[in-house]
Amino acid sequence: MNELVVETDGLTKRYGDRLAVNRVSMTVVRGEVYGFLGPNGAGKTTTLRMMLGLIRPTAGSARILGLPAGSPDVTARIGALIEGPGFYPYLSGRDNLRTLARYQSLPSTEVDRVLEMVDLTDRAKDAFKGYSLGMKQRLGVAAAMLGDPDLLVLDEPTNGLDPAGMADMRALVVSLAEAGQTVILSSHILAEVQEICDRVGVINDGRLLRESTVAELRGGATLRVRATPEDAALAAVMRIAGDEGVRRVGDGTLEVDLPATAAPEVVRQLVTDSIDVHEVTVAERSLEDVFFEMTGSETSRKKEVVS
Amino acid sequence: MNALVNSTRAELLRLRKWSAVWVIVGAWLALSLSFGYVFNYVAYKTGDDNFAGDGASNAQLLAGLMPSAIPDVIVSGLPMFGGALAMVVGALVAGNGFGWGTWKTVFTQGPSRYASVGGSLVAVTLFVLTMMVATLALSAGVSVVIAVSEGQTVSMPALGDLARAFGAGFLVLEMWALLGFLVGVLAKGPALAVGLGLVWSLVVENLLRGVGSLLSGIETVTEALPGTAGGSLAGAVVGGPNGTPGVLDAISGERALITVAAYVAVAAVAAVVVMRRRDLV
Repeated sequence: MNELVVETDGLTKRYGDRLAVNRVSMTVVRGEVYGFLGPNGAGKTTTLRMMLGLIRPTAGSARILGLPAGSPDVTARIGALIEGPGFYPYLSGRDNLRTLARYQSLPSTEVDRVLEMVDLTDRAKDAFKGYSLGMKQRLGVAAAMLGDPDLLVLDEPTNGLDPAGMADMRALVVSLAEAGQTVILSSHILAEVQEICDRVGVINDGRLLRESTVAELRGGATLRVRATPEDAALAAVMRIAGDEGVRRVGDGTLEVDLPATAAPEVVRQLVTDSIDVHEVTVAERSLEDVFFEMTGSETSRKKEVVS
Repeated sequence: MNALVNSTRAELLRLRKWSAVWVIVGAWLALSLSFGYVFNYVAYKTGDDNFAGDGASNAQLLAGLMPSAIPDVIVSGLPMFGGALAMVVGALVAGNGFGWGTWKTVFTQGPSRYASVGGSLVAVTLFVLTMMVATLALSAGVSVVIAVSEGQTVSMPALGDLARAFGAGFLVLEMWALLGFLVGVLAKGPALAVGLGLVWSLVVENLLRGVGSLLSGIETVTEALPGTAGGSLAGAVVGGPNGTPGVLDAISGERALITVAAYVAVAAVAAVVVMRRRDLV
């Protein structure tokens, strides 16, 4: 049975006339990595803050780990990095974590453990104010992991990281997921989300537009066939995919609603009918394509992968 | 209760390692030393009509430097200078948490907001207590050294007088520190809180007291202000205005004690309530 770690019901936040979050109902299941996507100002961080009890909803509710959001019993079991790390600039990285560990009465070995996880042990004695943006971000993730929380909420954890740092962070999230950690990952880097998230929620203008697995969101792959003569090719492919399963998309190309595994059969049919086959490709929609379609931020784009 | 203790321990760790608060303690001790002992000792050694002596005789100056005068010395500078510095500490502790985003971080670490803010208030209170203990130790050390070097008998004050002065001084500092904390919470930052707090405690209240002597309506208001209450509490300990700025006899000692205690309670409760209800965006 899938245990719900997060369950929001009509979560709404209004600031004066502006509706920042509009009746968001979402669920996160134990053990999954949930990608929370949306353009800037879409309401992602406001939603996450309501889940953590940092701000109170105008309407609706959120239950985290079966308890009302914001209750101490819940926040003690959540690790969070929300909109950048907040630390005492005059303290070292280690002392910042020691301070936070004291709130939970955690031993110093726990501080060492999380410093090791984010590869900051060597710089742990340096003052936080001297850290690079990437180091600050890593310390924020370390703080979120203090006490081995049941739910990890990471809001743009790769902000400020160089490519190697981003790869390390991605690997860290993957390793946490493999260990059964439930993670909510808010990110602008869609390729990253596509790679490591099990399910995603897409939010825009404060409304949750869609919540599904990454595969469902991207939809099935289609074949693209360029062959001449086009009319004969259309007739041949229709015998396999059906009349509704083939479309002309211009430039002598047909789009066929068949998976990549059907490509050999299609090619055989075309050759049998003495049709010249110039190109057969598998067209896949990336998460980025779907995201832009849903949010209207950019015209839809297709990414083609040569079969 | 455990959460409050944990929060207090966490706050003490970060306060202990914050150089800004030690600079403030150092500044306060330097002021105490200078105005409580150095200037008066110089006046004593150089004649009786010196500025620091304010017309006092050499014998009076020396009496004020002896261990028996510790209660008066430790409390005289608190209503104005000590209070202002304590207010700065309170404003920095609460206000910086918004700019640095540390309130947000702390509130996601598990303790309730009551415990987190309560721990911070307890830590500030312990800091104020440390400030008072340091003041007492400095006064005791310096006055004994002066007594011995001047060949005077080392006569310590009565324990009751010392406790009364220490308690009054602590309350005055605590009031200003917690008011600074509250203003830091309300202003969501240290700069405005420190600026407003200092202008209020050092300028506005003095001006109001000046106007109050002319207008009875204003006088009633000024009698309820924290500066008047703190100054009058100090005044009750030292036996009335002694020439030190801020030491007053505007209201009775009992009324001053109640007013100061009320400010302490209201500032603490208001800070917790505001932080409990506040959205951290």
